[in-house]
Amino acid sequence: MTIIHFQFLSAILFSLGLYGVLARRSAVLILMSIELMLNAVNINLIGFVAFRGFGQEIQTFGQVLIIFVITIAAAELALAIAIILRIYRNKNSVNVDEMNILKG
Amino acid sequence: MISTDLLLFFIASSLVVGGGVLVVTVKNIVYAAFALLVAMLGTAGIFLLAFADFLALVQILIYGGAVVVVILFALMLTRIEDFKGLTDNSQKPLAVLASITVLTIMMYAIVSTAMPSSKSDPVSMIDLGVNLFQDWAIPFEVASLVLLVALIGAVVLVRQDDEGR
Repeated sequence: MTIIHFQFLSAILFSLGLYGVLARRSAVLILMSIELMLNAVNINLIGFVAFRGFGQEIQTFGQVLIIFVITIAAAELALAIAIILRIYRNKNSVNVDEMNILKG
Repeated sequence: MISTDLLLFFIASSLVVGGGVLVVTVKNIVYAAFALLVAMLGTAGIFLLAFADFLALVQILIYGGAVVVVILFALMLTRIEDFKGLTDNSQKPLAVLASITVLTIMMYAIVSTAMPSSKSDPVSMIDLGVNLFQDWAIPFEVASLVLLVALIGAVVLVRQDDEGR
């Protein structure tokens, strides 16, 4: 198990998330794909942290960084769900193709 | 002969990739939420293999617990029957093209950059806690403030208009 395994896994997961964001129609599914992409970033980071031969100090810093990424992801998810519920109440739909009132 | 940790890595990464594929392809949106749960638990396994015990716990608690439950509640509150047959939109071929392009570029970058790999010594959970609450105490508190503001904002956003105002 070397660093390249983590990099490949992260690249695959990130591309899957990108596909989901672009191809899905429901806002909740797009949100799930964004969570996948955030996970890909975390996997890449932990791979570099643990398999680059860093000392204790940098390794701890990397794990702290991942804790912050997870925190911000949770905050983002809460706000996004609130916005989706609000849009559903106003437009009675979570289909992103119908959210085009800003279209010029 | 394949080593044990490599075998475990492949098991965990097949969970992650399998769950990810199901999240972006499956038609039933509730199944997609459970596939997301599988992918998150696989990621926790990856964290364990990279000596990050605490992160694996956090991953299971926050993603396996909170995030998937919140998403299921969102699905429940936005009426699942509406989603039948409209899970993919018309730009699907372009999305396949874009994600394969990004994947190819990243694979090329990974393969062409020889990254020396050597295993670090595992960090103990105690070191992580001490570091988090000494060197990173202020960013930690700011992060909790961000979380608080986001949650209050979420409550204000979804509140009914005709009550409390």
